Amino acid sequence: MNETAKAAPRRSVPLWVQIIIWALLVGLLAVVAFGLNRSQQGQVQPGANIPNFSMPLFSGYELNGKTQFDLADYRGKVVMINFWASWCKPCEQEAADLEGAWQYYNGTGKVVFIGADYVDTEPEARAYLQKFGITFANGPDLGTKVSQLFRIKGVPETYFIDQNGMLKYAQIGPFSSVDEIKAVLDPLLKQQQ
Amino acid sequence: MFAEIGYGIIVVAFIVALYSVGAAIYGERTKSPAVVESARRAMLLLWPLISLAAGTLIYLLITNHFEVSFVYEVTSREMPTYLKITAWWGGQAGSLVFWSWLMSAFASLVTLRKWERDREFLPWVIVVTALTTAFFLSLVVFYENPFARFWQTTGGQIVTSMFAPSASAVAYFPSDGNGLNPLLRHPGMIIHPPMLYLGFVSFVIPYAFAIAALITGRTDDRWIRITRRWTLIAWLFLSFGLVLGGRWAYDVLGWGGFWGWDPVEIAALMPWLTGTAFLHSVMIQEKRGLLKQWNMILIILTYSLVIFGTFLTRTGVLSSVHAFAQSSIGPVFFVFIGFTFITSLALLIYRWPDLRGETEMKSLLSREALFLLNNLLFMSVLVICFWGVVFPIVSQLFTGQTVTVGPPFYDRATAPLFAALMFLMGIAPLSTWKRSTVGTIGRVLWKSAAAALVITIILFFTYTQNIIALVGFYLIALVLLVTLYEFWRAAWARSKAAKENVAVALWNLFGRDRRRYGGYIIHISMMLMAVGILGINAFQIQTQGTLALNNSLTLGNYSIKYESIAQFTAADNRQVTRAVVNVYDKNGSYLGQLYPRIDYYPDAQQNMTIPGERPTLQDDLYVLLVDWQPASANGATFKIFVNPLINWLWIGSLVFFVGIIIAAWPDRDPEYASVRWRARRAEQTSAAD
Amino acid sequence: MNRILRFALYALAFGIVLAGFWAATAHAQSPTPTDDEVNRIAHQLYCPVCENTPLDVCPTEACRQWRDLIRQQLSEGWTEAQIKQYFVQQYGVRVLAEPPASGLNWLVYVLPPLIILAGAFLLFRAMRGWIKPPAASALSPLSSSPNGRGMSEGEDAPKDEYVARLEEELKKRK
Repeated sequence: MNETAKAAPRRSVPLWVQIIIWALLVGLLAVVAFGLNRSQQGQVQPGANIPNFSMPLFSGYELNGKTQFDLADYRGKVVMINFWASWCKPCEQEAADLEGAWQYYNGTGKVVFIGADYVDTEPEARAYLQKFGITFANGPDLGTKVSQLFRIKGVPETYFIDQNGMLKYAQIGPFSSVDEIKAVLDPLLKQQQ
Repeated sequence: MFAEIGYGIIVVAFIVALYSVGAAIYGERTKSPAVVESARRAMLLLWPLISLAAGTLIYLLITNHFEVSFVYEVTSREMPTYLKITAWWGGQAGSLVFWSWLMSAFASLVTLRKWERDREFLPWVIVVTALTTAFFLSLVVFYENPFARFWQTTGGQIVTSMFAPSASAVAYFPSDGNGLNPLLRHPGMIIHPPMLYLGFVSFVIPYAFAIAALITGRTDDRWIRITRRWTLIAWLFLSFGLVLGGRWAYDVLGWGGFWGWDPVEIAALMPWLTGTAFLHSVMIQEKRGLLKQWNMILIILTYSLVIFGTFLTRTGVLSSVHAFAQSSIGPVFFVFIGFTFITSLALLIYRWPDLRGETEMKSLLSREALFLLNNLLFMSVLVICFWGVVFPIVSQLFTGQTVTVGPPFYDRATAPLFAALMFLMGIAPLSTWKRSTVGTIGRVLWKSAAAALVITIILFFTYTQNIIALVGFYLIALVLLVTLYEFWRAAWARSKAAKENVAVALWNLFGRDRRRYGGYIIHISMMLMAVGILGINAFQIQTQGTLALNNSLTLGNYSIKYESIAQFTAADNRQVTRAVVNVYDKNGSYLGQLYPRIDYYPDAQQNMTIPGERPTLQDDLYVLLVDWQPASANGATFKIFVNPLINWLWIGSLVFFVGIIIAAWPDRDPEYASVRWRARRAEQTSAAD
Repeated sequence: MNRILRFALYALAFGIVLAGFWAATAHAQSPTPTDDEVNRIAHQLYCPVCENTPLDVCPTEACRQWRDLIRQQLSEGWTEAQIKQYFVQQYGVRVLAEPPASGLNWLVYVLPPLIILAGAFLLFRAMRGWIKPPAASALSPLSSSPNGRGMSEGEDAPKDEYVARLEEELKKRK
């Protein structure tokens, strides 16, 4: 890149070469700044509007008979999305609590629970779901698209999206009791009623 | 108590460094030598100060002061004392102190030199080195403080800060620490980072002089002559850091290789590439007065890549989803690299017309032309590496997609370039400054070329039919033969001319131009390393299998038999699962035993797979214990590699060390030496007449 | 005639069965693929959750599961390309050791050669500009070196050209 100027050793650097070099440097710094920003910003913060996304669901773990989850279909409900994986030990701590919370809210029809299986293999994932008796909708996070949307840093992480599609709460790491989950969800449910 | 002292000293050192920068600029502007001298003394004060702070930190590390969060993170009670000391650079905060300490050592060394003839450089060299040191110290003072402690607030929360966050908070003492990452407990890792840091840090010296030359406008090759040895030393450390890193990966990471084109590795390789190009092109400037502009570009680029690589690997820009290494130093580090790049480039453009060389060339095959070609090739490898490292960030930016740019890309793209570099290494020593032609080179080259061809044909019938490998071997043989021929030719000619014994003549040649003949030895060492690299890349074979006791697994010329396995706890409390395998050759004769093992570190909850290796000049048998379940009776899983010729890589690196010692060995004062030599030469001529 | 026809029919039927059998054996892989077969494919894939670790050498539990998955897919007769395709679909393109050459990713492969060619062109042009016709300097080949650093030591005409050159080169190093 810098060699450009070498062809004209007897003059000062031509203006167009200077412009190119500075543009390249600024471009590089911009790209690096972006990468840095991305690595620093961490997960999506509460208050952000979550754009629509869709995710396939495992057979046997469909949602209202649909084999695909679309966030847009659930405006007006509170959506809880939980990222997990079968190889993740801390996920096992909260699995029973999540199911417990689901049993509690299932009847109300105001809450949707979605499990997003983060980079996992299906047989192991199914074994895990069975082992912990999970009944709420679950599906693979194909191509890590959903987890990239939330910029998750690891599993488990759980995100709560309110009736208007706004992220209200992010739980990094496992929940330790059903009550903890209730403490997040109850205020959200009261919000618009 | 000690934590406060250490932090206090770091703060003082930071202020002293800033003072040094300010005083040097002020003294230069007002033309007052006394103020510059004060800046110089402040600079000299930095190293003792940081040493003192480092001593405090080491004291905290070896005395289990786990209330200091850095000590808690990198040590544990179980660790032996020497590991507690090396834990100093095992974490971000400590390694920044370590970096500042090395930087100040180099800066002090260079400020101690005699400055009579280069007074005008002094203030600017101080500004650059002290500013860089101040930057790294500022990271320690404001962001990554290794002396910060744990405090328990009245609410029971544990917070990390230097001083009590509130009057009611009490110091919190964990009973044991996390322990150093097991990957870093290997002897290779103990010396590998300091070597790399030394290489990185010492490039600041040539850079500082280059910047001083640009600012003062004294753009002749004085700055190059002053920093010649510094550059060699920086390059020595960087090269050694890279080789040791490879050895560490080979012995510890358990994937049967030494280089994985990981972005972190490439970040260390990039300054090496430009540094190597610089070492070559600097000679053109010294001998022929050419390429002043290009050398300036190269040294600035080298230092920028050092800083850039450090930035990329320390701020988590290159990390993936599972690297939790969040660091707060990113933004300020970004400002620093931006400042470095922009000032360097602005100065370069400003002084560009003054850097004109008396560019004149007589032949496209002259040595200077070949050196330029060499530079082009190194820059090409750099372009590939740089783009491979940066592209994932670009892709993320424009498509939101995370991609991997891995070994196949780099192997394919760089292999032809390295081959071309080897060919150049073969013909460049035969070329002359200014006036080689195809004829002059061809006359001396054909013998080596023919002999190399014979060797290659022999290899074709006895060793391999792999075409790429044969091309590689041909080039290696060519370079080795040409270089040896150069030694022989020069020694023989000298022995005839000076009527000396050939051995004496050879010795004297070394004395006359250490850099040149040291350089040739480095070329030889590079070829030995190339044998190893080619061997493992072209001929590596591997297999994996689960064996019951007393069963065998065969690979290539070897077979291993699973003898026994045992589990025990080592002195440093790691849980070792160690298998014993017997090694036989293909005729079934017993060759020895290997002990592949899995070390489990309870404090870090991490496994390490340590191979059993059987090195020979021909190949390396590398056996890994992949899996063993105490409960199951169906045996253990082993993975074996045969890595042909790999040990030439390590042999080559020892030869390399010899070569660079010869090249960098301090001369007596150069002017004095040449006068003395002239006198002797005059004596000889008169005696001959 | 009838017998021949019948024989031909039998032969045909036998041939078809044989071919079918052959095709069946060719299609179904050995029931449990060896570790080496699994590793050969795993080596070309990257662990989706670790940093820059090929799947064949990654020691984590998750990676063991992925290797088992590859083993299972192999035993079901999947080809290498299908397995890779599956991994990309499941875990994103980052599992490939190289980005596929499509869309923006073309730049990975196109940009470096372009820059290198541009550099080579510039270097060549610059060097051509620097080359002086030999006639211009042939008159005083030794004293024309820049900075007056040529052979000015006042020695006798060298007896051996090579020795002279060597001496000259060694001497110019100050």
